[in-house]
Amino acid sequence: MEQEWTGRWNHAISFLQGVCKILVIGAGGLGCELLKDLALLGFKNIDVIDMDTIDISNLNRQFLFRAKDVGRAKAEVAAEFINKRVPGCNVTPHYDKIQNFDEAFYRKFHIVVCGLDSIVARRWINGMLIGLLNYEDGELDQSTVIPMIDGGTEGFKGNARVILPGLTACIECTLDLYPPQINFPLCTIAHTPRLPEHCIEYVRILLWPKENPFGGVVKRIIPAVASTNAVIAAACSTEVFKVATSCCLPLNNYMNFNDAEGIYTYTFEVQKKEHCLACSNIPQTLSFSENNKLQDIIDYLVESLAYQMKSPGITTSMNGKNKTLYMQTVKSIEEKTKENLKKTLKDLGLVDGQELYVADPTTPSSVSFKLNLGSSMEH
Amino acid sequence: MSDRWWLDKLAMHMPKTHFIRLWGDHGQSALENARVCLINVTATGTEILKNLILPGIGSFTIVDGNKVTGEDVGNNFFLTKDSIGESRAKVASELLSELNEDVSADYVEEHVENMVQSNPDFFRSFSLVIATNICERTLLQLGENLWNMNIPLLICRCYGFIGYMRLAVKEHTVIESHPDSVLEDLRLDRPFTALVEYCDSLDLETMSKKDHSHTPWLVIIYKYLQEWKKTVRIRKNESGGLEEEENFDEAVNHVNTALLPTSVPSEVKKLFDDPSCTELNVESKPFWIMLRAVKEFVMNEGNGALPLRGTIPDMTSDSKRYIELQQTYRDQASQDVTIVTEKLQTLLQSIGRGELVSVSNPPSPISNLEDEDSDNETVFYVLLRTVDKFYEDYNRYPGWYNDQVESDITKLKSCMSKILQEWGISANIKDDYVHEICRYGAAELHTVASFIGGAAAQEAIKVITSQFVPFNNTYIYNAMKQTSVTIEL
Repeated sequence: MEQEWTGRWNHAISFLQGVCKILVIGAGGLGCELLKDLALLGFKNIDVIDMDTIDISNLNRQFLFRAKDVGRAKAEVAAEFINKRVPGCNVTPHYDKIQNFDEAFYRKFHIVVCGLDSIVARRWINGMLIGLLNYEDGELDQSTVIPMIDGGTEGFKGNARVILPGLTACIECTLDLYPPQINFPLCTIAHTPRLPEHCIEYVRILLWPKENPFGGVVKRIIPAVASTNAVIAAACSTEVFKVATSCCLPLNNYMNFNDAEGIYTYTFEVQKKEHCLACSNIPQTLSFSENNKLQDIIDYLVESLAYQMKSPGITTSMNGKNKTLYMQTVKSIEEKTKENLKKTLKDLGLVDGQELYVADPTTPSSVSFKLNLGSSMEH
Repeated sequence: MSDRWWLDKLAMHMPKTHFIRLWGDHGQSALENARVCLINVTATGTEILKNLILPGIGSFTIVDGNKVTGEDVGNNFFLTKDSIGESRAKVASELLSELNEDVSADYVEEHVENMVQSNPDFFRSFSLVIATNICERTLLQLGENLWNMNIPLLICRCYGFIGYMRLAVKEHTVIESHPDSVLEDLRLDRPFTALVEYCDSLDLETMSKKDHSHTPWLVIIYKYLQEWKKTVRIRKNESGGLEEEENFDEAVNHVNTALLPTSVPSEVKKLFDDPSCTELNVESKPFWIMLRAVKEFVMNEGNGALPLRGTIPDMTSDSKRYIELQQTYRDQASQDVTIVTEKLQTLLQSIGRGELVSVSNPPSPISNLEDEDSDNETVFYVLLRTVDKFYEDYNRYPGWYNDQVESDITKLKSCMSKILQEWGISANIKDDYVHEICRYGAAELHTVASFIGGAAAQEAIKVITSQFVPFNNTYIYNAMKQTSVTIEL
């Protein structure tokens, strides 16, 4: 079939078509828009990863899906639709988790675009792209930088940002931009509920896991709006286009959008964090006293604004052997190491300067911390 | 049928309940009754419609007399290669209607220039008209017609990296503005009788430890306010130190905002004095009649204060007393509502009306653009107008032909000086901008269209549902820097 016609590429630049490989992460509300935008900008080699299947409730904004597609993989349906509607565009779907792909896979792409609703997944991809960087004599080899364009929406608010791993602020540098969820005190929801929200939280936290009436989990969400997804995906795709063509300087490096009252955008540069866990190359230290328990370290990694980990597991090296101090993610190991949580760092045989390796779902590779047993609880 | 058929049934209604959480069922029903007209199938136009069809507008009608070209298909997701040569209006309306079968689709294969001349009444039946890529002369005429029919007009245009949007609404009134943050309305400075009685019924001195630490902070502030001039006693624990009670900490933290004097905001006072409010007639909008009723409340029963809002913030408390306190506020508020409703009925009768939203001013001519250097984006407004002037003079856009870009720059500059002279303003617009505009060659970049498509759809929903506050009245998006500005023209 003839796939070219006069005027088709008057809007874009033909350079994009053969060379550039783009990875889109997420085929939901943002993902559908991103795929459409990138295809119409003239990108031809696009991969898309999504682990979800289509639910009927998606149809009011995820415009590549129809009622007949309910139950099928989002990535596959989205790819089929785009490939059919935009002849010559080649979207390759991956119905899978991002965690199931290795470095060699991610290294194939020139640009990664994220349309995710999960902060953990964003942090994981960020960690992966930073892991691909090569440093020679402390100098970053710029050919190993894969730009990450990240979009996020919630109701009438959204943001778009451009991350050049190793060069500009990364997701971990700005973790405090994602404020921890408001959690009502357990005693309020159990004993002195006052608001409808308290009752819903009671069901969500205490009753649902016990009774599990329909299977599945209850999520706390602000309804997504088609128009906000369109705006943010469009801004992200424009940035992909700029990075790919150098037609003008990319966004430096964060844009906020809100159209609840009038239309408001605010564009500014978020700063790299000097001691960033992911991109600074500065060893992280954990300061505790030898009388602190292992549980204290775990709690700190979860609760501190700088780390916000989800279920950290800690290993160390003792007498030349690897020793798992605690691991939550594998049940048999969890049971064997549970006792360690109550032990003091001294009893565990940990010394000042000890290296701890922390694994967590928020990062693809474990992070090493130096244990500082000098003083008390100063972090 | 599976044993969980009812779950599917439930899910069928989910797409709608999803939006009801944002704009309520009356908002959704306004949307479902809305009739939207799109003029011209551009990428911007179809993207706007897509974002209106998904949440479920009632119907849309596309007006476009052109045939699909290869170039159109190149940047528009709702045109296909197979349809080159067919009617743009027909093809786009068919592909768009696939998005939501509840939305009725229609099209008219005619040029808007002719429609405006031959059948101006055609537009009368719409709740909103959206015009994209429409030439200035036709726009002015259409704008005037719609203005007189009191139909909102949203004008959108994407030119290279620049997006432009303008809203022309004769009067738009918003009752539910859904503000992000508001100060509470607690009346601690002038407590109403029921609040006094409730607070007096509670005795902090004699209550149990548990009750004491679960007394809402509102009550605590009230109590201490009454005792302010007397000795302030704070409960000590057995060892003589201060008790650690969260509710007392909360009271200290909130005392600043809770004790603001109750007054009528100056903007509201201004509206009270507006002739539309003081001189009601049979044509008056519901907004003004309601406002007048509120004004009369303030002047009489309200003793200079607005009706009570009737809500209180969340605070540490046992459930029972929180609910009691909340109820006290609610009851007072509903009493106020009853009074305002009565006044409303009387007003309606007095002007001879049975049934029952506006903050606006007519669009002034563009001549008041004096602060041309204040914002980069404002410059693009001047440039877009210059481009129109260019089109009027040469019947093509600057930079349209690659080999004429250089000569077009000179021509465009002279168009610009003519325009600025006409407006009587001296603006210092850098050559770089003129070059940039020529470089675009009037291309409609899909992602700029998609950005404006999202933003415009949201504004359309605000206008249709009379909820949230629309932009006033000109919006310019600069995709080069990802910045934007709203200016009032």
